[in-house]
Amino acid sequence: MATFTLPKNSKIEKGQTFPAPEGSTNVRAFKIYRWDPDTDSNPRTDTFELDLDKCGPMVLDALIKIKNDVDQTLTFRRSCREGICGSCSMNIDGLNTLACLKPIEEVKGDVRITPLPHMPVVKDLVPDLSQIYAQLRSIEPWLKSDTPPPPDAERRQSKDERVKLDGLWECILCFCCSTACPSYWWNSDRYLGPAVLLQAYRWIADSRDEATGERLDNLEDPFRLYRCHTIMNCTRTCPKGLNPAEAIGKIKQLMVERQG
Amino acid sequence: MSLNEDGQDGSFIGMRTDGSPVNRPLSPHLQAYDMLQMSSAVSVLNRATGIAWSVGLIFLVWWLSALASGPQAFADVQWFLGSVIGWVVLVGLIVVAWFHTLAGIRHLVWDAGFGFDMPSTYRGGWLVIGGTAALSALTLIILVRAWI
Repeated sequence: MATFTLPKNSKIEKGQTFPAPEGSTNVRAFKIYRWDPDTDSNPRTDTFELDLDKCGPMVLDALIKIKNDVDQTLTFRRSCREGICGSCSMNIDGLNTLACLKPIEEVKGDVRITPLPHMPVVKDLVPDLSQIYAQLRSIEPWLKSDTPPPPDAERRQSKDERVKLDGLWECILCFCCSTACPSYWWNSDRYLGPAVLLQAYRWIADSRDEATGERLDNLEDPFRLYRCHTIMNCTRTCPKGLNPAEAIGKIKQLMVERQG
Repeated sequence: MSLNEDGQDGSFIGMRTDGSPVNRPLSPHLQAYDMLQMSSAVSVLNRATGIAWSVGLIFLVWWLSALASGPQAFADVQWFLGSVIGWVVLVGLIVVAWFHTLAGIRHLVWDAGFGFDMPSTYRGGWLVIGGTAALSALTLIILVRAWI
């Protein structure tokens, strides 16, 4: 059910402010969502002032600088720092993106950072993704084929067949899109969300996969697929420039086409 | 935990360092997200205008039923719709109906498989907004000329 307000234990309170060191010239405030399971208090927004002249260019650089120099308890996921692992997905300045790919310069005024929206918070900027991983598993994101591969050879694809996977295989499962989708916010228990549906289409579109009918059967459901109302927040927010909305549209078209 | 009555409840139970259970908060959504971007803004307005149009049709039914029941009843409706509030309702309904119709056509274009890229989405959104303004003005002009 759609609940537009936050539950009582999730209301965000005022937090601490950590001023920039004296003599800083290029100061920018980072307003960061904090929640610690070990304190019996609500989430809060802490303000960290940084000297941008002494900080790397990306939002992730700022987060790492805060963790190194100001508050070691600041918790967030990160790994590759170049937009390929999908770990540092979070809401920055009102849109979901990867902290490592988001230049601080692109943000006007204070840099507001919150976890991926409408998710259970493990700590600070770390959301619990177990539900969304379970949903990914439900679409069986692997090659299914009854035909054995040719002896001592790969399953061949023509160039045209391979091109159909472009814009699909690049997804890094950061879940910026799913957690940007209002429909997923209100129905995440039954709607699969854009990231998982893009993965579903990635296998439907694969010429080597022989389970297309089975996959479509699994998605033929008022919630799993059809809670997509083409809001387009997914495509707008994807840090890899992919188009989950289009992939979902193509699944819907296949549904119609197979009815004849 | 009255927030979710579904299978997601489990992921809202976390653990403290000492192993005791703790209720996890829900991360901010509408509170944090930029809902005024073209994508979600037009979608929200499409919903809102759909609801407003459905409710507004009560006035049309009232008009028609008054027309059927006699001159006095019809005169009452005419008086109301001719008042300031009546005009606000009528103008509001015109705008709402055009917006919902144009946004609906935009959805048909998507359903036909076109216009999923971001530039087209934004262009489509502006077309809906501009079209609503233009067609509403046109409708109003025709209405005023017919009525007065």
